[in-house]
Amino acid sequence: MIGAGKMKQYSNVLDKPLSKGRQEVSFSGFAYLFSELVQYNQTQVDNIGELERRLEDAGYAVGVRVLELLCHREKGNRRETRLLGILSFVHSTVWKVLFGKVADSLEKGTEHEDEYMISEKELLVNRFISVPKDMGSFNCGAFVAGIVRGVLDNAGFPAVVTAHFVPVDGQQRPRTTILIKFAEEVLRREARLG
Amino acid sequence: VGSVIMAPAVPRSGDAIFANVERVNAELFTLTYGAIVRQLLTDLEEVEEVNKQLDQMGYNIGIRLIDEFLAKSNVTRCVDFRETAEVIAKVGFKMFLGVTASVTNWDSEGTCCSLILEDNPLVDFVELPDTCQGLYYCNILSGVVRGALEMVSMKTEITWIRDMLRGDDAFELQVKLLKQIPEEYPYKDDE
Repeated sequence: MIGAGKMKQYSNVLDKPLSKGRQEVSFSGFAYLFSELVQYNQTQVDNIGELERRLEDAGYAVGVRVLELLCHREKGNRRETRLLGILSFVHSTVWKVLFGKVADSLEKGTEHEDEYMISEKELLVNRFISVPKDMGSFNCGAFVAGIVRGVLDNAGFPAVVTAHFVPVDGQQRPRTTILIKFAEEVLRREARLG
Repeated sequence: VGSVIMAPAVPRSGDAIFANVERVNAELFTLTYGAIVRQLLTDLEEVEEVNKQLDQMGYNIGIRLIDEFLAKSNVTRCVDFRETAEVIAKVGFKMFLGVTASVTNWDSEGTCCSLILEDNPLVDFVELPDTCQGLYYCNILSGVVRGALEMVSMKTEITWIRDMLRGDDAFELQVKLLKQIPEEYPYKDDE
């Protein structure tokens, strides 16, 4: 635990008491780290799609662990089994722990039954990022989309999750929308549960 | 005719700076770092290569982070390497990671010492599997210190002496001053 003085030795990471998760590091420290993640992955790819996929993979690995951690700590070892339950878990609990606030909005897609959107006016990972013109629609939010997919997938809600910039009237910077498209089986199960 | 003397800005304590900077949850930071290490292990396969890449990433961060550090800390030129080490341990680590290090094990020339970290936000939730025994999981930190010091004209060599992930009781980073690069600027500090 950070700031708790001399750390006790544990033979196994699982023997260690679960921290309350209130420790903080500087935002710029995180931003430097995230920037290195993006730059390193840029050296490993030929195109934007591949870069987004790799950032999503990195995020997925975070999401898997966040689900496990938060189900233990915040939900008394229970996880959501219903669609709206897991969506609100992502939008509220996950967002609050990772980004310090509940997401700006959670909406159901109007055209497709299987689509939901989480929107954020200024997504944490996009704060210090400006995308060069030649990189088109590239969005570092792919990392956060990966986190969301990691949480959903491992809770039993497989989905395709993507990040998009959406221009806002009167605002210089677009907001980021995380688009969640659930797999057919999820909707079928949900319908069966009534 | 009197000359205008600027009062030297008082260096700020690490705690005061940390209290004033924008902060994020340490778990986001920890897990993101874990994702980076995991990606490198998949891509590069050899732990030696991963150690090198983490050090390089840290160096890239260090050469950028020093500007923010100098701007926010009001630290002026350190009189000697001893003071430099104290500033890194008490102000630098605190400002970015929210933890402080202690400085010990000085050699007689005052050019080599150890930074000891008991709390290290990079390693929460981490256990090294058998396949990663040669990995210096926190190697990004040594890169940051090396890069930042190079920007203030100090060439250093940094070695991990102790590592809690390898069963030691603390993290110990040995910092050895190799040489002080002479300043080549045509102007002085106060101009």
